[in-house]
Amino acid sequence: MSEACTSRELMIYTISRLLRGVRHVAVGQSSPMPAAGAMLLRALNERDGLERVQVSILGSVKHNSFTGGAEELFDCAAQGRLDAFFLGGGQIDGQGNVNLVGTGDYPNNPVRWPGSFGSAYLYFLVPRVILFREEHSLRSLVERVDFVSAPGVSDETVYRRGGPHALLTNAALFSFDREAGRFRLESTHPGYGWRDIRGTTGFAYDNEQCEISTPLPDEATLALMRSRIREELRECYPQFAGNMPGPG
Amino acid sequence: MTDFVTPQEMAERIPSGCKLGLAPDDYAAAPGLVRMLIDRGIRDLHVVCAPIGGMQVDMLIGAGAVATLETSAVSLGEAGGAPCFSRAVRDGSIRLRDATCPAVFAGLTASEKGVPFMPIRGIIGSDVLKKRDDWKVTSNPFDDAEKIVVVSAIRPDIALFHAPEADRFGNVRLGRRRETMLLAHASKQAFVTVERISETSLLEDEKMAAGVLPAIYVGAVAELKNGAWPTGLYAEYPRDGQEVEKYARAARSPEGFQAYIRDSRSAA
Repeated sequence: MSEACTSRELMIYTISRLLRGVRHVAVGQSSPMPAAGAMLLRALNERDGLERVQVSILGSVKHNSFTGGAEELFDCAAQGRLDAFFLGGGQIDGQGNVNLVGTGDYPNNPVRWPGSFGSAYLYFLVPRVILFREEHSLRSLVERVDFVSAPGVSDETVYRRGGPHALLTNAALFSFDREAGRFRLESTHPGYGWRDIRGTTGFAYDNEQCEISTPLPDEATLALMRSRIREELRECYPQFAGNMPGPG
Repeated sequence: MTDFVTPQEMAERIPSGCKLGLAPDDYAAAPGLVRMLIDRGIRDLHVVCAPIGGMQVDMLIGAGAVATLETSAVSLGEAGGAPCFSRAVRDGSIRLRDATCPAVFAGLTASEKGVPFMPIRGIIGSDVLKKRDDWKVTSNPFDDAEKIVVVSAIRPDIALFHAPEADRFGNVRLGRRRETMLLAHASKQAFVTVERISETSLLEDEKMAAGVLPAIYVGAVAELKNGAWPTGLYAEYPRDGQEVEKYARAARSPEGFQAYIRDSRSAA
């Protein structure tokens, strides 16, 4: 019996499940777990003889086929050639708004994060945007973000075919209903119950008393993560890969 | 005509107060030359990050060289947040023009095409838009029912970046890093530090030519080995993660930042 599935491995596996069916997924900078999840989907599809998945990891030489520079990602998104992307955010609120800029008042935010990156654009154009925020707490999942880097929903005068698809944290998985502009609790990770989630989530959501547990990867999938995926990650995320469990 | 200069001469040719376009860390950043700008006490820069900044931008901010910062993000990647940037935001010591990556590219593309603005999808409803008086929401002239954002052209005085190779004629090989090509096209001139200078024209090999920035855009070239250190140079060498970590720790305090700049060796 190998070492039990870690919290991070569960999140990576869950990301691969959320990506099922996509043809092209891109991953932004500083996103080791989304990169691992996308690589895992590609490897699983290869193993199972399913459709080939194009994975574009920004910052990678090996796992990125763009030849048009960083603009090409955005052009692909605008043309509908990109099916899935990830956004994080220091704060995420119940309407799916994300804040990557900082807490308090702009521009002299007492806590400043890196910035909005491509969020204000990709959120509108990529059909399946997965919100990924490891920390599940009242300060990260808030009723209303202090700064809207990218809005969760738009009215019909705005061209929009993309938006939030799911929200994944280290404790739970939510889906997002774009009509209602609300999250729905889909499952809680091992070690967490629905009351824990209610107590650490700052916004209202549907299906509060969810009793479903997030499915764990099987042994073969876990072994794949600890061998091939770990090695593929090493190029862009040497520190993260080094901290992952190895084979056997 | 492209001038071939020493790195010190290149640093002296970049005046205080100019609009300086910079490439992201690990793609084409030029921290080696940036250290020389800091050493010579450059001030009042309007820095345009194309489209994000990292360690070299954080160092310029820490050194008090930046008046205005136009960027979609500043981050040290795996080493975490950018300490001097965060401090300057809190202090209000820099004027911020927060952006989103494709809007920077759209502004540079407008400049490249010689037109005053460029339309771009998305952005409506974002607070980023509310803080930018040089971005506007307009209606699609071909369909009044549709709203669309337009961003004004971005034209840096100088684009400064590091590349693997130039030739004796001033052509610079960028390979796949087309966003650096765009930055160079959009700027009044490009100053480029390179790992090496080739005696034969980079345009001679048809397989390579499409990835070459022609000399017509290049104001000056300086040979500066490891000019991207401690960040990486795309497809040439990776970042020195330990050194960036060391910087990230040191720059947590203004005193630590000053000590780092004083004590650490620069690539030169």
